[in-house]
Amino acid sequence: MTVTTARTVTTVTTLTLARAINEGLRKAMEENPKVLIMGEDVGKLGGVFRVTDGLQKDFGESRVIDTPLAESGIIGTAVGLALRGYRPVCEIQFDGFVFPAMDQIVTQLAKMRLRSLGAIKLPVVVRVPCGGGIGAVEHHSESPEVYFTHTAGLRVVACANPADAYTMIQQAIACDDPVIFFEPKRRYWDKAEVDTAATDVLPLHAARVVRQGSDVTLLAYGPMVKTCLEAATAAEEDGRAIEVIDLRSLNPLDTETIFESVRRTGRCVVVHEAPVYSGFGAELAARITEACFYHLEAPVLRVGGFSTPYPPSRLEEHYLPDLDRVLDAVDRTFTY
Amino acid sequence: MTFDASRDAQAPPELVQLLTPEGERVDHPDYDIDLTPEEIRGLYRDLVLVRRIDLEAVSLQRQGELGIWASLLGQEAAQIGSGRALTDADMAFPTYREHGVAWCRDVDPVKLLGLFRGVSHGGWDPTEHNFHLYTIVIGSQTLHAVGYAMGIQRDGAEAAAIVYFGDGATSQGDVNESFIWASVTNAPVVFFCQNNQWAISEPLEKQTRIPLYRRASGFGFPGIRVDGNDVFACLAVTRKALADARSGQGPTLIEAYTYRMGAHTTSDDPTRYRVAEELEAWKLKDPIERVKAYLFKNQLADQAFFDAIDAEAEALGRDVRKRCLEMPDPDPMAIFQHVYAERHPLLEEEREQFAAYLATFESEA
Repeated sequence: MTVTTARTVTTVTTLTLARAINEGLRKAMEENPKVLIMGEDVGKLGGVFRVTDGLQKDFGESRVIDTPLAESGIIGTAVGLALRGYRPVCEIQFDGFVFPAMDQIVTQLAKMRLRSLGAIKLPVVVRVPCGGGIGAVEHHSESPEVYFTHTAGLRVVACANPADAYTMIQQAIACDDPVIFFEPKRRYWDKAEVDTAATDVLPLHAARVVRQGSDVTLLAYGPMVKTCLEAATAAEEDGRAIEVIDLRSLNPLDTETIFESVRRTGRCVVVHEAPVYSGFGAELAARITEACFYHLEAPVLRVGGFSTPYPPSRLEEHYLPDLDRVLDAVDRTFTY
Repeated sequence: MTFDASRDAQAPPELVQLLTPEGERVDHPDYDIDLTPEEIRGLYRDLVLVRRIDLEAVSLQRQGELGIWASLLGQEAAQIGSGRALTDADMAFPTYREHGVAWCRDVDPVKLLGLFRGVSHGGWDPTEHNFHLYTIVIGSQTLHAVGYAMGIQRDGAEAAAIVYFGDGATSQGDVNESFIWASVTNAPVVFFCQNNQWAISEPLEKQTRIPLYRRASGFGFPGIRVDGNDVFACLAVTRKALADARSGQGPTLIEAYTYRMGAHTTSDDPTRYRVAEELEAWKLKDPIERVKAYLFKNQLADQAFFDAIDAEAEALGRDVRKRCLEMPDPDPMAIFQHVYAERHPLLEEEREQFAAYLATFESEA
């Protein structure tokens, strides 16, 4: 008994989300010498968000590679390294900088396995800090997830809390398919307990019910999970029991967890930072309508960014969905 | 290496040539090659056979058996010379026109035809032949080759990567990024640019104001122009560049100066943008004729040899045609295969739905 207690004490630590990814990367690198990290400023600096802090010092410049400033080059050379048997983890410094790499991701990384009729695999992880809320200049607050969910051959996931971040980055690295890994940059400094020896972890592509409720289902991922949890807490005071699901994976999508919840609550609101129009919420609303039609008390509503470019930072609080906009949508689901 | 931009910009382009269009052996101060008569006859055979495969593919396209074909006509020496310079451990990254290199890597020509017939997007195992899949997006594969070469470095292996691309590709960002990457990482990679003078309808002067091989010096590694219709020179120059790469001396850009004697693809019509005299002038520099002349003049082969190669080529053409026509269309369910390495519930769901949909037609019949 004492042994068990001692181990429990040492494996549970309080980590920021950024640190949790760092620890996950470290563990993956320790376990598999083929795991490489590559990106801009990931070495001595440890990345602009310090997610790779200390890794080059411990694993060397051959495994933690400061690359030239060229995002297409990062992905293109990662593809080549994967063909040679490596498992590169690429850091794209900011969401808005992923676009120069789109060709390599969409035409090469996503499709090369099919081109080979399954002879090769491309275990490449592309880490993308995403979303707004940090007062940044243009191109540093984007939510480009649907460009990737729309591309067959890619897997797309988003972590929302330190414990998931620690586990999911390791699962993404272990996956034999390319994984686009979104990190909610404004939550990088959020702290929570992480059990680095936890064994009861969800599979990479499972959604999680993070708060149970019976009146309405909120679907979110990445930075909006916390916002939705806050909304649910506030709604409780008004006597509304909101269920919150952290999707965690956008492609593939854990539809069973979603459908089970919506069939129970009869109401659903999707929340993301990306523009509502052609956003991931459109896919969710369509699927829920198809699968849960007779259980719905109201249409699936969507809360998200406007059909505008991401605004200057002095305006972003108006652009980003917040607790009030989420609750406004929740209220509207009761007006049908 | 040192580089004097003012001198280099003014100097006329230099060209490595070891065999003239008339079939005369010439010396070069930096490059030499010592080939046995057997090896020279082997190169001749390669050149003739890949031209014959290409001819058959063009015919098959004209008869509606291939959707499209990108002919290598005129570029046989560049591809066979460089392809035969590779060791088994080296890795080649082609465009969609490297049928001659594929031949050197023992890829079944019918697999190449399968791509253009539309039965797959590739379909050979790159690791089996150390010949990567055809890349259709212009220049993307240069970065893959550099990444692969970075892997070779980390493995400490005795190998190099070679990547093929054309004159048009040199304008692509990926190619320029790959030059930078290779340079700063000193990657064991050879950039083999077949300058065939035309990017579909755009002549070389739409891509560059300096000879392409001179671009390398701006990136910090050597560039060299070789007579791309001279199989000896292409072999010698590529061997040296690969040896340099394997021994830690970093990348080389080879510009194989050649000519696309056919159309860009079977969908193209070069009469709209280039004059017939240009083709006639290049025909005099044909890559095969000069080797034949050399073999004849030096009595290294007799008429019986040439007849035998021609007969082999005809048999190969017939075989390629036969097996192309025998290629079955894939099963409709093949659409869902090989998209992911691991399970993907959405694909499984769509596959089941589509199979059920197709089954409704079977029950009606």
